Amino acid sequence: MTKVSKEMSPEQVRDSKIYLDWSLTQEEYELIVATLDRLPNFTETGIFSGMWSEHVSYKKSKPILKKFWSQNERVLQGPGEGAGILDIGDGQAVVFKAESHNHPSFVEPYEGAATGIGGILRDIFSMGAQPIAALDSLRFGELNNPRTRHLVDGIIAGIAGYGNAIGIPTVGGEIAFDDVYAGNPLVNVMAVGLMEKTAMQVGQAKGVGNSVIYVGAKTGRDGINGASFASAEFSSTHESDRSAVQVGDPFLEKLVMDTTLQAVREYADIIVGIQDMGAAGLLSSSSEMASKAGQGMTLNLDLVPQRETNMTPYELMLSESQERMLFVVKRGEEQAIIDLFETNDLDAVIIGEVTDNEQFILEFDGEIVADVPIDFLTHAPKQDLPMAVPARIKELSSKQYLPDMSDLKKTVLSLIAQPTIASKAALFRHFDSMVRADTVIKPGGDAALIRVRGTQKALAMTTDVNARYLYLDPLKGAQMAVAEAARNIVATGALPIGITDGLNFGSPDNPEVYYELDQAVSGINIMAKQLNTPIISGNVSLYNETDGRAIYPTPMIGMVGLLEDVTKATTIDFKNAGDVIYLIGETEASFNGSEIQKMQTGSIGGQLFDIDPTAELKSQRLVLEGIDQKLFASVHDLSEGGLIVSLLESSFAGNLSFQVTTNWLSHYLFSETPSRFLVSVPADKMSYFEELGGQYVTKLGLVTSDDDWQITTATETLAGSRAETKKIYQESISWQLKA
Amino acid sequence: MYLAKIYVTYKPSILDPQGEVIKSALHRMDYAGVQTVTQGKYFEVKLQATDVDSATAETQSFTESLLINQNTETYRFDLSLVADEVDV
Amino acid sequence: MRAAVISFPGSNCDFDMLYALQDFGVDAQIISAKTNDLTNFDAIFLPGGFSYGDYLRTGAIARFSPIMSAVTQAANEGKIIVGICNGFQILTEAGLLPGQLLMNKNPGFICDEVLLTIANPDTAYTNTYNANEKILIPIAHGEGNYYADEATLDQLENNHQVVFRYADNPNGSARDIAGIMNEQGNVFGMMPHPERAVDPITGNIDGQGFFKSILSAILTKVTA
Repeated sequence: MTKVSKEMSPEQVRDSKIYLDWSLTQEEYELIVATLDRLPNFTETGIFSGMWSEHVSYKKSKPILKKFWSQNERVLQGPGEGAGILDIGDGQAVVFKAESHNHPSFVEPYEGAATGIGGILRDIFSMGAQPIAALDSLRFGELNNPRTRHLVDGIIAGIAGYGNAIGIPTVGGEIAFDDVYAGNPLVNVMAVGLMEKTAMQVGQAKGVGNSVIYVGAKTGRDGINGASFASAEFSSTHESDRSAVQVGDPFLEKLVMDTTLQAVREYADIIVGIQDMGAAGLLSSSSEMASKAGQGMTLNLDLVPQRETNMTPYELMLSESQERMLFVVKRGEEQAIIDLFETNDLDAVIIGEVTDNEQFILEFDGEIVADVPIDFLTHAPKQDLPMAVPARIKELSSKQYLPDMSDLKKTVLSLIAQPTIASKAALFRHFDSMVRADTVIKPGGDAALIRVRGTQKALAMTTDVNARYLYLDPLKGAQMAVAEAARNIVATGALPIGITDGLNFGSPDNPEVYYELDQAVSGINIMAKQLNTPIISGNVSLYNETDGRAIYPTPMIGMVGLLEDVTKATTIDFKNAGDVIYLIGETEASFNGSEIQKMQTGSIGGQLFDIDPTAELKSQRLVLEGIDQKLFASVHDLSEGGLIVSLLESSFAGNLSFQVTTNWLSHYLFSETPSRFLVSVPADKMSYFEELGGQYVTKLGLVTSDDDWQITTATETLAGSRAETKKIYQESISWQLKA
Repeated sequence: MYLAKIYVTYKPSILDPQGEVIKSALHRMDYAGVQTVTQGKYFEVKLQATDVDSATAETQSFTESLLINQNTETYRFDLSLVADEVDV
Repeated sequence: MRAAVISFPGSNCDFDMLYALQDFGVDAQIISAKTNDLTNFDAIFLPGGFSYGDYLRTGAIARFSPIMSAVTQAANEGKIIVGICNGFQILTEAGLLPGQLLMNKNPGFICDEVLLTIANPDTAYTNTYNANEKILIPIAHGEGNYYADEATLDQLENNHQVVFRYADNPNGSARDIAGIMNEQGNVFGMMPHPERAVDPITGNIDGQGFFKSILSAILTKVTA
């Protein structure tokens, strides 16, 4: 009669070695047998495989992640919870986190990207915070690949379909293209929330006897083994993993979100903990909540709301059905929570209780189907993996690439049409960036800016990383990623206050990849300390490789900044003809890994140029000081493509031209030396600014109302029609998508 | 119990942008013979009714009041008798 | 003036509308679509969003919410009823405004700011704007392509029921229609979002005239 009897016996599990298919190693299985002092049954083997997958346990990356610097005076919650939290004064806090949905988005672009948004938003509101914005950091193969176009269409539509419907504005992010991502696109999403400090919730199951309440969507078989799926490499000939993708329902999530936040407001005294069901579903949410509180937990799986019939305990625990949450509520007070959710047409069911025996016990159909020590289950044996400096890095030439300047005009026009440089407005246009009516700086600026209603404050946010730099030098490249994210924030006037990361790498079992991960984390730390931006949350996505070819090391940096006075918000667009244009920071021959090297040679190579953390901080402080004193009409950071690209972008955004003269050789226009900004200053503030900036600023020329822009270098004068150049910049992506 | 299979499509005069996009994608994929593509909606509704006539009347009624917008959409349906679902 | 902003399950611009109304000193509150009494309100706003997920068709399920009988009653009593974006879609599904909003001509959601022309400046929604004045208002929709048969469109034109038109049609709407009202002029719907264009800090205040117009219309009616 029991449904479980159809499953393998413990002996069959042992003999068939099915656990190897579930990504448990032989050593891990043997450790389980030894610790339990018996053979684990089918369900127990399944839950160990889920909890010990890299996606859930971080067993391979943890030795490195432990090094992250994550404490300063603002940090209210560092890594380890759904999201990190920073104090922003006035009793308020900002909550943010990034998450990757790379593998699901490759298999089913629309649903993979959509459920990525859904998952990261649940991380935010499970902390008791109202999500206020989302950002996306996307990496694709080159646009001339038809498969890439299919992925772009699906992933953009999926983000739009979910984010727009739930009513959280998608305000920023970045999109870049490189052939290394053709088989492993990256979909990293970051969400930002706002809360009163007093509303803070954590995912802990304290208090013996307290009730475990399941809230939200019913459980189906979707996404089973998603966690171990995300921890396996792809092979281009093997596509049978398709069943692993979940389907999202933004309407249901909005109800769950609104009701959860209402519950936090109205019943803070009886809610003990909240956790969303993400990777490894009910299994990881329940066992981690109990383990963090040092307690045990017993669940009765017959009570779990089910969408399909005849689901097994293994399936119920491992399902990654979306839009589900777990609450722990004080015993005897459950009905208030249940009633609140039922008023909003949502399931809320008591499925278990917190116990004092530190065991994780699952009951099903009148039997105990799992009984394992909870700390053992939630602490996978760590693995220290070997590292090796990648051979390619040892062989890099120390010479900087010298760009070909034989046709400057053609070079500029080609550069601004490169997918990585050209305007992404045609894609971002599909995202509702204005819902909630708090968006001060919309997509297209250096960072997005969201006003905090009822205060003078605003929060700036951005995502950034140039993985080409990391490919050449993961330590310096990671510093540059943090620095550039901070420059984006600073350009709006906001002070950078914290970081979330999305670490996308190849297989950690490859010592060269593991080295890249280690170096990237060290690099992030160096610059984060310099800028006082602790790393408060993050996500790791490993095994991003197809047929043995790994992606570039791509640690996406999500950063948030605080602007105390929103009226000082500054944008990239030139404002008035006659304003004086300055460059802040020093320019060197920085071409290895640059956009122009990639464009002119088809690849990148050579030792990466340097970044000086002291110079970086100096530039950022000067910009913040200038914005605070209202010296600037516009501020734009310099990044891929160098000065020429920033000049043109400020010109296009403001519908004004420029006349610039420099004593540089022409190729320096394309240099990507870090720590630089482009600013425009009203003429009456010129002398004050020059005094403030001293040797560190260079006057370049004037903003003009001419139809043409013009640059004179040491060797030549280049001019172009603003309208024509802007058209290329704006329409390049659309053309390439349609081609 | 009756099973109504209801097919909803745009009226012929209404632009079906999804159909058009699918058609051009098919042409790009070299299905040159494809002439038209119409995307519609398909519903399966099981309903208890005393006879075919009342099942027909009920299906028409709920389809016209909720499932379609008569400004732009039209529908047809098939009815068949199916076994009652038994609670397991 | 007392205003109700109806919150349907899935509405997501309800608070944006509430804050915009409150910025103009209106005594506004959110009213759940599960209630059915609007007798205490002078004006009723159906906000943007994805009511009931916009599953089946935009607005199709919301129109059967309990509140909609009260909305219909208020409309019959001559009260001002305003539907923005999803609210417009609900009003057409409910038959309180003619026509229907179809999928954009080029499928896909569009978020942008577009120029609108004031097609009729003598309405409760436009009386502070000038005839043919152009205003920049945000749009955010995937199904904003206004459709009605030719006879209905002619009737809308002849009765001056077209209130706003797109200067550069973003979604394929018939005759560039962005907003219409009923024959009596008290029920109005538009796809663009004036409530997102009232606060100087967000960089656009072209929507202020919309709210000022409604306030002035109601004030005139109350004092008349």
